[in-house]
Amino acid sequence: MNRSGILTDAAPPPRDGHRWVGFRTIVIREFSRIVRIWGQTLVPPAITATLYFVIFGSLIGRRIGEMGGVSYMQYIAPGLIMMSVITNSYGNVVSSFFGAKFGRHIEELLVAPLPNWLIVSGYVAGGLVRGLLVGLVVTLIALFFTRLHVEHLFAVLAAVLLTAVIFSLLGFVNAVFAKNFDQISFVPTFILTPMTYLGGVFYSIAMLPDWAQSLSRANPILYMVNAFRYGFLGHSDVNLGLSFALMAVTAAALFGSCVWLLEKGIGTRE
Amino acid sequence: MQALSLRKLTKTYRNGVQALKGIDLDVGQGDFFALLGPNGAGKTTAIGIIASLVNKTSGQALVFGHDTDTDLEAAKACLGLVPQEINFNQFEKVSTILVNQAGFYGIPRRVAKERMELWLHRLQLWDKRDAVSRSLSGGMKRRLMIARALIHEPRLLILDEPTAGVDIEVRRSMWEFLRQLNEDGTTIILTTHYLEEAESLCRHIAIIDEGRIIENDRMATVLRKLHSEVFVLNPRQPVAAAPVLPGYAVKLADDGSIEVEVTKAQNLNEIFAALSARGIEVVSMRNKANRLEELFMRLVEGRDAETGLPKPAVSA
Repeated sequence: MNRSGILTDAAPPPRDGHRWVGFRTIVIREFSRIVRIWGQTLVPPAITATLYFVIFGSLIGRRIGEMGGVSYMQYIAPGLIMMSVITNSYGNVVSSFFGAKFGRHIEELLVAPLPNWLIVSGYVAGGLVRGLLVGLVVTLIALFFTRLHVEHLFAVLAAVLLTAVIFSLLGFVNAVFAKNFDQISFVPTFILTPMTYLGGVFYSIAMLPDWAQSLSRANPILYMVNAFRYGFLGHSDVNLGLSFALMAVTAAALFGSCVWLLEKGIGTRE
Repeated sequence: MQALSLRKLTKTYRNGVQALKGIDLDVGQGDFFALLGPNGAGKTTAIGIIASLVNKTSGQALVFGHDTDTDLEAAKACLGLVPQEINFNQFEKVSTILVNQAGFYGIPRRVAKERMELWLHRLQLWDKRDAVSRSLSGGMKRRLMIARALIHEPRLLILDEPTAGVDIEVRRSMWEFLRQLNEDGTTIILTTHYLEEAESLCRHIAIIDEGRIIENDRMATVLRKLHSEVFVLNPRQPVAAAPVLPGYAVKLADDGSIEVEVTKAQNLNEIFAALSARGIEVVSMRNKANRLEELFMRLVEGRDAETGLPKPAVSA
């Protein structure tokens, strides 16, 4: 090293383990962001979940009675946890990646010697962290209102992880194509929220007429919510094998698509 | 091996604009290289392609022999970029920006923190390490971008107008810093609109205009091509009209100074003698424009509209 502190001879080629350091740095940066803006990331879902439990669970739920063999509160708790995971994993990646594009600091990553699959993985991990953190907060709130018994832990973990990954990737796709802030709120407002509400969070599709059941089965969120609910209650409206296969294939296809979008520079490079 | 080689590099944007029309460029290791051109000439596009922020249409870019098509990660590891626009997260702290950037280059956090301290001291930003970056002044933001580009110790540093909008004191200190960096072995490519900056710092120069390289040589060689210079002479007493000096183009400026164009074949002694003979006493003299600026304007403004080639405004 010379007097300016620069290594003049050695080219700094990508070192062993540099990818892991790069990945960890993206995740740390995402986690710091989640914590830095905790008033936007962690508090609102806690308030929303509390209101759902008070209004739908305690007040209305008492009149509904049982659903799927358990109290209405117990029935909707897994759905509400999953809803918060979906919204927050999606919201984290779409706002963070679009913010980076908008502020141009995405260039910090694009000039660095990191493969595109790792950049996507880093953002997905950030979405996963926020989705799981918020899911945990909502679970703790749910425990104030009802008992939650886990029937199949593997199903709970697999469903929540796959769902968080899928919606993080969808958030990434939205951020890649978005050209302004309106376009990052369009999908959550007009597509994600209706699909989540109609995805069996608050009711069993067995209550619906045949045509509505068939229509509901076209909604992928139904499979995620039911796989997750199965882990808690041991009961599902849909075939579990189909649910997990659908989630795994969707996650893999979306991951491939996101890497391809970065490779081509769509939305990120001219 | 060259620090940078561009071969037949072209870029056509989706709106049809041809920003680069097949440029070839070599920058040697350890060089301090000026890449100049008017706005929209293609400088930033070329830099964007080298740094993989812009997709090229065709051609090849090699950084220290690493092809950006086939060996992109190695090419990127050799390169540090200071872009024209501020592009760090304005909500992050100065130290966080540097440590994170080091992490993206695979530098472990402990080493990253040591380097962050080193570069913040060298760029006189250490006192601001805990400041949120948006609170920095314009000059500090520019220095932060330089520190960020150096955190992984690149062998090639590209600066796209690093001194734009900073005051003269900061600019001079940046020059000194860059000069030292280059002496210590870092190859530097600089784009700037301050041609005095390029002339003072750089050993080689390329001028790009309308997507083509129209000049590429050693700075001294290029400056020798300047056919004539305009000198501004300040007389002690105001003169009523421009004095007639046979063989010289002379005009009287609005502020009363005398502007004389002097070609390589002519000399200043003749002018002073002629002015003394007319009772005009000259108290000071300067170049009307920086020599490089003069040459630049002639090259860029003197392009033949049909061929796209420079008109012979400079001697060969």
